[in-house]
Amino acid sequence: MTDLSNPVAALPSLQRKLEGRALRSLVLTSLAWFAALVASVPLISVLYMLITRGGARLSLEVFTELPPTGFEMGGGFGNAMAGTFVMVGIAAAIAVPVGILAAVFLAELGPESKLANAARFAAKMLTGLPSILAGVFAYALVVMTTGTYSAPAGGVALAVLMLPIVVLTAEESMKMVPKIMKDAAYGMGCTRAQVICKIVLPTGLPAILTGVMLAVARAAGETAPLLFTALFSNYWIYHDGSLAVMNPTASLAVLIYNFSGMPFDNQLELAWAASLVLVMIVLVINILSRVFGKPKY
Amino acid sequence: MNTPFAIPDNPDSACQPPSAKDFLVDRTFRALARIGVVLILALVFALVYEVGRKALPGMEKHGFDVLFGTVWDVNQGKYGILPAIWGTLYSALIALLIAGFFGVSMAIFLTQDFLPAKLAAVFRTIVELLAAIPSVVYGLWGIYVVIPAIRPLTAWLNSELGWIPFFGTSLSGPGLLPAALVLAIMILPTIAAVSQDALTSVPMKTKQAAYGMGTTHWEAILKVMVPSAATGIFGSLVLGLGRALGETMALAMLVGNANTITLSLFAPANTLAALLALNFPEAGPNEIEVLMYAALVLMFITLLVNVFGSMIMLYAQRGNKQ
Repeated sequence: MTDLSNPVAALPSLQRKLEGRALRSLVLTSLAWFAALVASVPLISVLYMLITRGGARLSLEVFTELPPTGFEMGGGFGNAMAGTFVMVGIAAAIAVPVGILAAVFLAELGPESKLANAARFAAKMLTGLPSILAGVFAYALVVMTTGTYSAPAGGVALAVLMLPIVVLTAEESMKMVPKIMKDAAYGMGCTRAQVICKIVLPTGLPAILTGVMLAVARAAGETAPLLFTALFSNYWIYHDGSLAVMNPTASLAVLIYNFSGMPFDNQLELAWAASLVLVMIVLVINILSRVFGKPKY
Repeated sequence: MNTPFAIPDNPDSACQPPSAKDFLVDRTFRALARIGVVLILALVFALVYEVGRKALPGMEKHGFDVLFGTVWDVNQGKYGILPAIWGTLYSALIALLIAGFFGVSMAIFLTQDFLPAKLAAVFRTIVELLAAIPSVVYGLWGIYVVIPAIRPLTAWLNSELGWIPFFGTSLSGPGLLPAALVLAIMILPTIAAVSQDALTSVPMKTKQAAYGMGTTHWEAILKVMVPSAATGIFGSLVLGLGRALGETMALAMLVGNANTITLSLFAPANTLAALLALNFPEAGPNEIEVLMYAALVLMFITLLVNVFGSMIMLYAQRGNKQ
């Protein structure tokens, strides 16, 4: 019962009090801020460690020298960088043409066909493929057949991971090309190949490049597929006057993995420096792809 | 010439029908594009076929003993992957719990008008960059930053609350918790990005209607926006789980590679992907057969989760269109 002797007290207070719903809102908002800030900590911590520990060791010689063995001092990871470039190159040479051609079919030639739907689903499943399984596949396909760990085996494993990214992003970019542009070309009497090569691909190129660069960035950082396809090597891929392609090949990522577990300070410092270089490469490609890939239409 | 185009009267006209060469190029190009598509399907087929073929001898020799065996001893010829299967599922679930909370909170935080657009873009970039860092770098960071950082807390939890099975052992170095923490960081971007898409695709009208009913900001979010986007958010969690199940390097470096089945978060464990990564390089032919078998099991588990996740996402997209 409300006490009627004091009618003013019976009125609801107009002052906003921090209770009930308002309090709950405040708590939840603080919680959201907290979650967002906590989620940013790892990135900052990783970058901090890379810059302080990796940056300390970074010098010109780490890019030109071979990895040290045991208690040896100095050294670098020049051969690992070269190996990474070669293998990512092989992977891109396989995945980019196949991926873009397939995307042409998915976006332009038969977007609703059964073949296209099946391939789209397959590509989506491939994006979720654990990277180690790409390595297992390349091992079964290339290493077991050729009988040796090699750069092409690593390249095939990386290509499996790049292909779905290239296909799906290229398809999306081609779909963004305005229909009136294509219709105009068809109206001029162009064949489908001409429309695609002269209108769709050039117009969609920035976005297609973005996808390719993202795929390259992902491949450059992958370790698991290379562990038992390219293995590792303490030598340059180019030595004794020939390209030793069919030999075990070093890569930055595997070098970091191998050196991370070693009890030697020198190797550990190199692992941090190699991580810094790897992250720089990956981040630069990522940022470039963002700059390139701004949609024009 | 047999073309569907009428030949113009004036052969000098700029407007000419496609020549025989144009038709040839067109046919070849289209055939090539079709081959590209067929290659994708062939790749998926070859993946299953190659791994399955190489796993067959192992399956015939060991049958289900591999799936339910708990000992991995190459010298005795005993290959059991049950601890690895357990570790894979357990570490992925812990990671999903952590990343699910932070990822969905982040998605709400970035899409529901808490921040000016520019600041939201900064946070969004941070989350996207998390996905760009190679997993081996996370592994290195985990060994030298995460493990030392959580060791005091885990020691305290073990000594004070050691009777709870989760805290049953002390963290002596690598273990499930540091692995799951790093795993959570790695799947956070997937969950945050897909959940953001789900939340932004809820129509503006829905939110306005909620505010019109007099809800507070958070009541609108929790009672209207999140339920409307629930399918997409659920899909993001399933896709994140799929990613966590297959992640290799961070786990190979942090999980400790011990073939034990344990509830304790601080004990070393093993996962299928880590098992493959650590044993493949030096395996003999007999071990390779079983590792191929394990790879097939991992492929089956991740495929199952990913198909489920994609189906949920399709269902969510269909729901949005209506």
